[in-house]
Amino acid sequence: MAAFDQELDASGLNCPLPILRAKKALNGMETAQTLRVIATDPGSVKDFDAFAKQTGNELVESTEEGGKYLFFIKKK
Amino acid sequence: MAEKKLAIIATKGSLDWAYPPFILASTAAALGYDTQIFFTFYGLVLLKKKLNLQVTSLGNPAMPMPMPVPVIMQTMPGMQAMMSSMMKNKMKKKGVASIDELRELSLEAEVKMVACQMTVDLFEFDTNDFIDGIEYGGAATFFEFAGESDVCLYI
Repeated sequence: MAAFDQELDASGLNCPLPILRAKKALNGMETAQTLRVIATDPGSVKDFDAFAKQTGNELVESTEEGGKYLFFIKKK
Repeated sequence: MAEKKLAIIATKGSLDWAYPPFILASTAAALGYDTQIFFTFYGLVLLKKKLNLQVTSLGNPAMPMPMPVPVIMQTMPGMQAMMSSMMKNKMKKKGVASIDELRELSLEAEVKMVACQMTVDLFEFDTNDFIDGIEYGGAATFFEFAGESDVCLYI
């Protein structure tokens, strides 16, 4: 599993909260640091992909693990 | 890439219709859009400090109901309050943000909110009842921003 600098647990939250919380967390981080997001919203898989494409932050990894979705986002 | 712009007109003040403007504005802001919402007519209540948003099944046959309720029953006193409270509970249970929360997140993300001055006068709203940090303007104010927008939505 990839290393990360900060973690955000967005379990139980629905659209658009996981994205908004992730954006907020990234704002407080340094360039090239990685944020790990845990989410349970199935829609977040496509949304984090779209978020990365539009903001330029890199989605390093996107996986599912026992009903939880894990995203590793490297700050631009 | 130059910053994209999203302009929204929010015209509705029911609980269900309060969601699209704030969900889209807060998300657009997170994606780097310069975002503005122009609140007019019933949409103005979305700017009140103390929100009391309601939902109704009347005139809305598509609203999912836990059990079938004849329309005549839906008009009974207290039904709207009950449905609104049921809807809010369901949203909370499903992890859907409250309108207060989405509005706060939008403001934090520097979404600009403009209240329609004409409607404020028309409905004799007290601007002290509105949240801080909003502007007041008219149609020309809206076009100043919307004219340069990449996405423009009427909700």
